[in-house]
Amino acid sequence: MKLQDASKGLYLPPHFKNLNRYMKNYETVFILNPVLSEDQAKDTVEKFVKVLNAHKANIINVERWGLKKLAYPIQKKSTGFYNLIEFEAENNVVSVLETEFKRDESVMRFLTTTLDKFAVEYNNRRRKGEFNKSKSKKTTETVEA
Amino acid sequence: MTLQNEPIKRAEPKPKYCRFKKNGIRYIDYKDPDFLLKFINEQGKILPRRLTGTSMKYQKKVAQAVKRARHLALLPFHGDGLK
Repeated sequence: MKLQDASKGLYLPPHFKNLNRYMKNYETVFILNPVLSEDQAKDTVEKFVKVLNAHKANIINVERWGLKKLAYPIQKKSTGFYNLIEFEAENNVVSVLETEFKRDESVMRFLTTTLDKFAVEYNNRRRKGEFNKSKSKKTTETVEA
Repeated sequence: MTLQNEPIKRAEPKPKYCRFKKNGIRYIDYKDPDFLLKFINEQGKILPRRLTGTSMKYQKKVAQAVKRARHLALLPFHGDGLK
């Protein structure tokens, strides 16, 4: 309803570029079970990327941080595969994605956050490796989608 | 003989400042546990503003980032000798 009202010449916020689609930037980090093999972990990440693609989300960045030590045990496991997906999507896509996370038993933890303009700017710089910490993360594989 | 105590010269405390305002940091990344380590004590508790000098605006963001990092097991909920 709101969108229809907006199309009748009312004030439009600048982020309403396209009246039918209100896109927002999101970022999701999830931890996969360390019992999986590298290939299985890779496939699982691709599965979630496909879910996003099926809902017309623009994938901005996919990062696999690999097997990392957890700060405390989760499901009696002390390590996990960390993965990051940055995407631009409509707000209803997030709940779809999170349902998928809950259904998949290999996902131990997940966190989806909305990115504000400062976060988007920060992530752009992070992707280019402008921060010192990225030097220590040379092993990180970045998969451009 | 005077009964008055001699004045003690105490060092002037350094004025506190908000490191985010000073350095122009607008976004605090929860994915960077090494940076967040500056805002928690050895037990993993979030340090108060009165110790770190962070302004209210950014203290809220620091707290949010630490809590997110804890959820993702990047920081412990409780630790011992983190530093």
